[in-house]
Amino acid sequence: MFLLRTLKGDHGGKVFLLTLLAVMIAVPVLNGLPADNPLYLSTYTVTLLGKYLTYALLAVAVDLVWGYLGILSLGHSAFFALGGYAMGMYLMRQIGERGVYGNPLLPDFMVFLNWQELPWFWHGFDQFWFAALMVFLAPGILAFVFGWLAFRSRVTGVYLSIITQALTYALMLAFFRNEMGFGGNNGLTDFKDILGFSLQSDSTRIGLFLASGIALALGYISCRALVKSRLGRVAVAIRDTEDRTRFIGYKVEHVKLAIFTFSAMLAGVAGALYVPQVGIINPGEFQPLNSIEVVIWVAIGGRATLYGAVLGAIGVNYAKTWFTAAFPEVWLFALGGLFVLVTLLLPRGIAGLWRRRQESAA
Amino acid sequence: MLRLLMTLLTLCLISPLYAAEIATGDTTLDAAFEQLLDRNFDVKEQGVAALAASGHPKTGDLLRGILEGELRYLKENSRLVWMRPGADGDHAIDALTGDDYGVFSSRKFKKFAINNTMRGRLRTFAAERELHDPDPAVRLRAVNAMLDDVQPEHAALFSGLLDKEQDPAVREAMSEVVALARLSADDSAQRRHAITEVADSLSPAVRNGLTRLAKNDPDEGVRADAAAALKKIEDKVRLYGHVETLFFGLSAGSVLVLAAIGLAITFGVMGVINMAHGELIMLGAYTTYLMQQLMPDMTGLSIVLSIPAAFIVSGLAGIAIERGIIRFLYGRPLETLLATFGVSLVLQQLVRSAISSQNVPVSNPEFLSGLWQINSVLALTYNRLYIFIFCLLVFAGLYVVLKYTRLGLQVRAVSQNRSMARAMGVRSARVDALTFGLGSGIAGIAGVALSQLTNVGPNLGQSYIVDSFMVVVFGGVGNLWGTLIGGLGLGIANKVMEPWAGAVLAKILVLVFIILFIQKRPRGLFPQKGRAAEG
Repeated sequence: MFLLRTLKGDHGGKVFLLTLLAVMIAVPVLNGLPADNPLYLSTYTVTLLGKYLTYALLAVAVDLVWGYLGILSLGHSAFFALGGYAMGMYLMRQIGERGVYGNPLLPDFMVFLNWQELPWFWHGFDQFWFAALMVFLAPGILAFVFGWLAFRSRVTGVYLSIITQALTYALMLAFFRNEMGFGGNNGLTDFKDILGFSLQSDSTRIGLFLASGIALALGYISCRALVKSRLGRVAVAIRDTEDRTRFIGYKVEHVKLAIFTFSAMLAGVAGALYVPQVGIINPGEFQPLNSIEVVIWVAIGGRATLYGAVLGAIGVNYAKTWFTAAFPEVWLFALGGLFVLVTLLLPRGIAGLWRRRQESAA
Repeated sequence: MLRLLMTLLTLCLISPLYAAEIATGDTTLDAAFEQLLDRNFDVKEQGVAALAASGHPKTGDLLRGILEGELRYLKENSRLVWMRPGADGDHAIDALTGDDYGVFSSRKFKKFAINNTMRGRLRTFAAERELHDPDPAVRLRAVNAMLDDVQPEHAALFSGLLDKEQDPAVREAMSEVVALARLSADDSAQRRHAITEVADSLSPAVRNGLTRLAKNDPDEGVRADAAAALKKIEDKVRLYGHVETLFFGLSAGSVLVLAAIGLAITFGVMGVINMAHGELIMLGAYTTYLMQQLMPDMTGLSIVLSIPAAFIVSGLAGIAIERGIIRFLYGRPLETLLATFGVSLVLQQLVRSAISSQNVPVSNPEFLSGLWQINSVLALTYNRLYIFIFCLLVFAGLYVVLKYTRLGLQVRAVSQNRSMARAMGVRSARVDALTFGLGSGIAGIAGVALSQLTNVGPNLGQSYIVDSFMVVVFGGVGNLWGTLIGGLGLGIANKVMEPWAGAVLAKILVLVFIILFIQKRPRGLFPQKGRAAEG
């Protein structure tokens, strides 16, 4: 009932959710077929699709703040990576004595650095519930503190974009340091199992894929609900004319802070689901380039539609996978060209094309 | 008795043979070397003195040769020779004439036996000779060689030499030796006097000498004086250390200013977010590389020519970007950001495909390498010094262009009030293109400077883009002075923190500081006032 009310009038959303449901049923079935069947889907592909789904969730989070709140965040990959690190730390603790050095207490890289005991911030990560909590809290608290500082002093527009970029850049430099205790340059890797299931097995892979799909669906629905709520309407008002909204009497800072923090948490969840599927998390995930790429997924798919973000994320990443395999030289040309062409010719993205047709028909 | 006589007789007969053991053709030398071959070390020492006093032009070489064991003599022909290892064995080279006598087994080369007293005397004699050498470099080396082993009697010797010495570097080293010699004088009053004399010196040898006195001197007054002088010197060394940090900071800051100042125009004056700015810097650096490929033998000239070339290359690229993309996006800063980011990716890949994905080597010209040694604790590298001066020049040039030329006037007019400027007949579209070209050209010039400091590769621009934006935002958008002060200030802050925080942490702290600073003063260090501040 709630679902139907939320999706009322959101045709794109309905199509997207039904497609997602179909894919989530089809993928395990196709993966279960014998390997010589032409429709057989390899586990590699399943993991790849799972990865796209986590990217799509990240794109939805970015679209929420950019499309509906007018904040162009160039630092969302920081929240994504923080969620990823929280999950990575849990997976690291699950390795236990199976590391190269066989140390029951310390992860390999700490043994390598000659550390004697576990740093305080690693305590608790052997419990899944604690790690899961941190997946929300670590990006959430960072976004809250950062947003509180930034929105209170009314940093907006381009300035805000640039300091979000500085934030992720600073975090990248920090995580590259060995002294930080997050594995430095190499990051966290060599994961063995999650919740007792081996990460190498096909069924765990399918499970992670399904979890990503469910997270994306839940993320989408909650964002849609948020956008349709009163809060969402105020957010759109802020996006269009911030000062007027403030003069009417809304607490602009509170609205921004709430939505920004929520979006950061979504990005954190996406990161947490991404890490067990790719098997590594390193400071490269904090790169400013990554954040900007997410923005372009959203721009290509269509800003302020949510499902457009999903479309853009999956489409661009599929193209990236294909190009980097077939013509690695051409990929950056293609991506750069997309940036230019989409902003010049398709300001409302692919979803915008569809909507324009709808509007002209009506 | 008979036997004794016989022995004496034999000795008399043999002695002429002994005398002929070394025949150089110079009787003074022959006599000296005869004494040197005597078994009695007192006689040998006389031989050293005689050799030193011989006045032969090669005396210095010979003395060093004996000291270092390289001078030998051949039994075959009684000549003094150098033993020089060759591919086919040890060659005997005549020490006086330079003739090659061919290969001999190493047993044939006879050595001069010396003891430690002789070594000391030899060293002194050799050094004394070199101290009179016409070449100042030889003299300086000789003086510096004495610094490790200064004896009280050197004071008189060197003060005599000091009066005649002309070369300033040699003079300085000599006065140091004199001071050190006086520091080890026997009389404590003399030592205390010497301490006051060296109190201005910064050389490590003097500091060692003072430390020794402060610790071990029997006289309490000398100890106290030495400790006080030492403290003063250490304070001075620390001060010079601060000066050095400041210099490093200024040079790091001028790199930031160079990278950011083009952005200060495109972003600050025009309000355009150009994420491809870093790649325009990279184009400038690659222009330098290509210029060097064009004229491989003239590194210095190619650098100088690269400056206008890079300005033109990057400036044209900038104008193309403005005309092709940015002009359609005025008033939509976030879209501009994305589109120019796309341009930056394309430019990076272009360089990778057209030249190489690896870093390319750019060589430094002669006048940019080397050190400017101000005193023994403070040395400034020329390339950093020139970068600082270059940065100031570029800044001054840009300032003059914006303040005193017609283009500058139009740029300021358009940035303050576009419609009014158009009403007054300014062709704003042309001004936009030229302004963007100017800012991009400056980025190219920055690339020439950066090519002398860092690796030139496709990722060069990326590493500066975040920093550049930080500098512009920190300094205050639309204000060239803000960019200059902001950039230099951040550079200094970085270098001041580096010793105790490490390079990476210092950078992070600076970033965090800027993020917090923007919270406090969102319009930067020097916010624009007046007509342009609205909106």
